[in-house]
Amino acid sequence: MTNQVEFKQYTFDNRERTNQEFAEVANTLRQDIIKSLLLAKSGHSGGPLGISDLMSVLYFGGYMNYDPENPNMFGRDRFVLSAGHMAPVLYSTLARAGYFECAELATLRKLGTRLQGHPGLDVHLPGIETSSGSLGQGVSIAVGMAMSDKFVDKNDAAVYCITGDGELQEGACWEAAMAASNYDLSNLCWIVDNNDCQIDGRVKDIMDVYPIKEKFESFNFSVIEIDGHNYDEIKKAIEFFKENQISENNKPTCIIAKTYMGKGVSFMHDKYSWHGNPPNSEQAEIALSELNMEKD
Amino acid sequence: MKFEKYGVKPTRHGFAQGLVELGEENKDVVVFGADVTGSVKTSEFQKKFPERFFSIGIAEQNATTIAVGFALSGKVSVFSTYSAFAAFRNADQIRVSVCYNDANVKIGGGHSGVTVGPDGATHQSLEEVSWLRALPNMTLVVPCDFEETRKAIKLVGRMHGPAYVRFGRSDVPMFTTEDTPLEYGKAQVFKEGNDVAIVANGIMVWRALEAAQKLKENHGIEARVINNAFVKPMDEHTITNAAIECGCMVTAEEHQVIGGLSGAVAEVVAKNFPVPIEFVGMKDTFGGSGEPEELMEHYNLNWQAIYASALVAIDRKKNGFKKVRKLIDIPEYSENL
Repeated sequence: MTNQVEFKQYTFDNRERTNQEFAEVANTLRQDIIKSLLLAKSGHSGGPLGISDLMSVLYFGGYMNYDPENPNMFGRDRFVLSAGHMAPVLYSTLARAGYFECAELATLRKLGTRLQGHPGLDVHLPGIETSSGSLGQGVSIAVGMAMSDKFVDKNDAAVYCITGDGELQEGACWEAAMAASNYDLSNLCWIVDNNDCQIDGRVKDIMDVYPIKEKFESFNFSVIEIDGHNYDEIKKAIEFFKENQISENNKPTCIIAKTYMGKGVSFMHDKYSWHGNPPNSEQAEIALSELNMEKD
Repeated sequence: MKFEKYGVKPTRHGFAQGLVELGEENKDVVVFGADVTGSVKTSEFQKKFPERFFSIGIAEQNATTIAVGFALSGKVSVFSTYSAFAAFRNADQIRVSVCYNDANVKIGGGHSGVTVGPDGATHQSLEEVSWLRALPNMTLVVPCDFEETRKAIKLVGRMHGPAYVRFGRSDVPMFTTEDTPLEYGKAQVFKEGNDVAIVANGIMVWRALEAAQKLKENHGIEARVINNAFVKPMDEHTITNAAIECGCMVTAEEHQVIGGLSGAVAEVVAKNFPVPIEFVGMKDTFGGSGEPEELMEHYNLNWQAIYASALVAIDRKKNGFKKVRKLIDIPEYSENL
């Protein structure tokens, strides 16, 4: 299986799409995730598969202002993957957006790679805005970026950030939430990947973070809960953020996206045991055939 | 170089003044406060540049990563609070978000060491040099007086990358001037001599000069006094030359002996030209309440400890190994030494 893995070079542009088209993009991301993890022989499968639909709409739906030819473009929208362990989906997204060659996805987690196990700024992979992986820090960095955009550069850029739901157990998240509302960061879009899974089990069993919605509301966020696999709802949520951004209520946005860990691969579906493991050769073969069938 | 005490001022005032000067020359400098802005004097910057000052509240982790967010947006971020919280509470943020990102974040660690005084051990940071100097990309400066602290924040503010400047709360002697050199990664020889080298930083530099004076008066010993403000990067040449030319050394710092300036000097000397070294600093204990000067005496962070240590170092140079001693055994001073 390993020998047959290849990453065909093709990219998607950033424009309005039909739900069928979003599904095709997400399917590509999921196949990339399975392939790169198979080659890496370690890494996180479940989370990246779970947010592939979100990434498909966010990066390829005409919502974000970015330019792969000019990754450091002044005034660009920025994306921070605070849950850095979900790096495989970010790498695939960036490759399919045209930031670098798709073949590089085969180097995930290998010595000398720009595709570090968790995103690292030191290796200068285009499109990566910050190192992340120590949970709770990325979202606070996103808050700093949004403050810098709003108060110093005074531009209209947006900062998007995805945290896990288990990540909300980190106190640092709530320090970030407090600052986001204190500074009226309507340019911040905080997406919580609510799959209710973490390494040790169900989030509510390990340390109950619920109710998430009420917590963010009490921190003065505009909150919307969606099905993180329903493209209409994902689009609606991003539009909800964009309205918030220009409205005068000056509230940061929180999108609570209900997702399934391992979405798209039957034997990984909603299984927390797939948080931190790669598929072996047989499992990858099954996963890819399922994804291909879905595509057809 | 010749030094005379011409007054006293806290080093935090030098930080405040340098920060304002930095803000004047670079409009990208932004400052973050964590509630104690009057104490660490970032309030001076706030008064002058309110639009570039951001209060984050009592949340040092958040302040550190928010500072990173600005730095990754092209700003020069400066975050300051007491060292007890500026280097420990946010340790993971410093490691991953500041240093691994090589982010342009400068941290001002105020109220450092025992000279914070009556607040006691919780607020007396004595370990941050040990851990911060282990971090890749970090620049670590421990300036010796008001003027050097003013220069230090300006110097690190003009270069790219993470930096930590350590300073204190209490009045301490002013003896360097505008003309005294402070160069990135350079130790400065403040007094020439070839009998023993005293390598000090922070407020122990003045005490090292006092000790050198007494050694000369009482024994005719010419001590070389080195102001080692940059604990990272270390000036390997100046330290190694001192080992070769003096043949024995004393380190002095208002900080734990374990891993601090002592450790940094010992690493350089052991690698290049091993000679006997005596270490003056905190002896693996926490501090406690008291007036700053009382505490400096109580914990033997004084010229007498440096003086006694220099005599032992010279004895070891001449007479060699005598017995195994603990790292934290610091020679005691008495009137007849």
